[in-house]
Amino acid sequence: MKHIRTLNTRDYKRSTVKGGCGECQTSCQSACKTSCTVGNQSCENKNR
Amino acid sequence: MIHTYKNNGYNIVLDVNSGAVHIVDDLVFELIPIMENDRMMSDEDLSSRLGGRYPIGDISEAASEIRELADSGALYTPDDFETYVESFTRGKLDHPVVKALCLHIAHDCNLRCRYCFAGEGEYHGRRALMSYEVGCRALDLLIDKSGGRKNLEVDFFGGEPTMNFEVVKKLVAYGRSKEAETGKKFRFTLTTNGMLLTDEVLDFANKEMHNLVLSIDGRREVNDRMRPTAGGRGSYDVILPRFRKAAESRGQSNYYVRGTYTHYNTDFAKDVLHLHDLGFEQISVEPVVADPSEPYALKDEDVPELLEQYDILAGEIIKRRKEGRFINFFHFMIDLEGGPCVAKRLSGCGAGGEYLAVTPWGDLYPCHQFVGEEKFLLGNVYDGIVNKKITEEFGSANVYTKPECRDCFAKFYCSGGCMANSYHATGSINGNYETGCRLQRKRIECAIMIKAALSEEEGDTGS
Repeated sequence: MKHIRTLNTRDYKRSTVKGGCGECQTSCQSACKTSCTVGNQSCENKNR
Repeated sequence: MIHTYKNNGYNIVLDVNSGAVHIVDDLVFELIPIMENDRMMSDEDLSSRLGGRYPIGDISEAASEIRELADSGALYTPDDFETYVESFTRGKLDHPVVKALCLHIAHDCNLRCRYCFAGEGEYHGRRALMSYEVGCRALDLLIDKSGGRKNLEVDFFGGEPTMNFEVVKKLVAYGRSKEAETGKKFRFTLTTNGMLLTDEVLDFANKEMHNLVLSIDGRREVNDRMRPTAGGRGSYDVILPRFRKAAESRGQSNYYVRGTYTHYNTDFAKDVLHLHDLGFEQISVEPVVADPSEPYALKDEDVPELLEQYDILAGEIIKRRKEGRFINFFHFMIDLEGGPCVAKRLSGCGAGGEYLAVTPWGDLYPCHQFVGEEKFLLGNVYDGIVNKKITEEFGSANVYTKPECRDCFAKFYCSGGCMANSYHATGSINGNYETGCRLQRKRIECAIMIKAALSEEEGDTGS
């Protein structure tokens, strides 16, 4: 496209198909104990 | 739902409900909101809406690209997830799983940090150290309640956990001894202020700790003002050499130096960059959580400067990264391609469900920030969770139960925010801590802008 550059992102809708396995890190188990950040967590579902 | 913003010279469009991120020119940036409710508007009408400032041929071309994105599900995507998320959270309540514990191994501390939400280590209760026996029961409970989850997370927290280091060592050994027979894998984290971070502790941490969180606030005067010893002396000069050694010995990964900024250092970008200049590559510096009456609490009038600080920091991080000087700022981390599924993104932080805090005497709370607030006592490591009303309340909370979150572009990145912050600010875990939300939205905007900038440099599309 000439006017638009799209970054590679995970499609949320497709993630509902095999999502919710729960193996990813709990939000507060990283560096952060005072806010909630999930966008930085990595998916650990090998079958997604 | 779309969110458009300009940052550092980039025009950025988020298609909130698909997760798509578009970097666009000025024309498209103006057209996208206009076409949201009428994608088939004629080129002439679009030109009129734009005040005739663009050639009609360009408008036609740009509008065509916008329609192509919309047709491919990457623009103007509706939010179809509410029923899905409700069903998902209901399933978690019907089949609860615990997969992470914050073990309060010591309700005691050798520092007297002025902003400590643990009330200088004691959580408004008594000084106490967790016994090996209580810790073992906590790990047993975690294994027992973890269902099919393989990866189990345990954070040795405090107070200051190294004040009870022998128990930490024994509990790690106990956890490891259970891995083979149960098929579980423990990921341990140690959060420490560094005052007792001896070579022995560091060697052990490097062998056993998946993550090491090292508490330091930044510049010496900033750190020492808020993080004095019990005797009133600064801690910076004691902890800094130990933290540098720790960071290097871990190969500059799987650790964070973690600081807190307050009303006293609203120019906190300097503290982040100071830590980087000292050689730390993994850095987290976060806003203080405090009662508004405290003098160090962030004030509403601080917010514009704080937002500007994130912009300054983002610009400097891009500059340093392009110079080959790696820096990872925790709150600008964002995994666009490999990030979590929608269920994770929208169903809250997990407090009171998959994540629990354990006091030294074995009481269970929804998370470390609720410890000591008796109305949130869930049970204990011997009897398990007995207060189902609280787990139901926490487990049901998601972005759709929080009115202010529904129409917020950040909901897929913050999962509705910290429930403790919400509770302390509004009296409800479904409320919104608006100051925190303003900062969170800014961090997300900066994080995505950084992705755009670095992907441009690398000549790819953000991977």
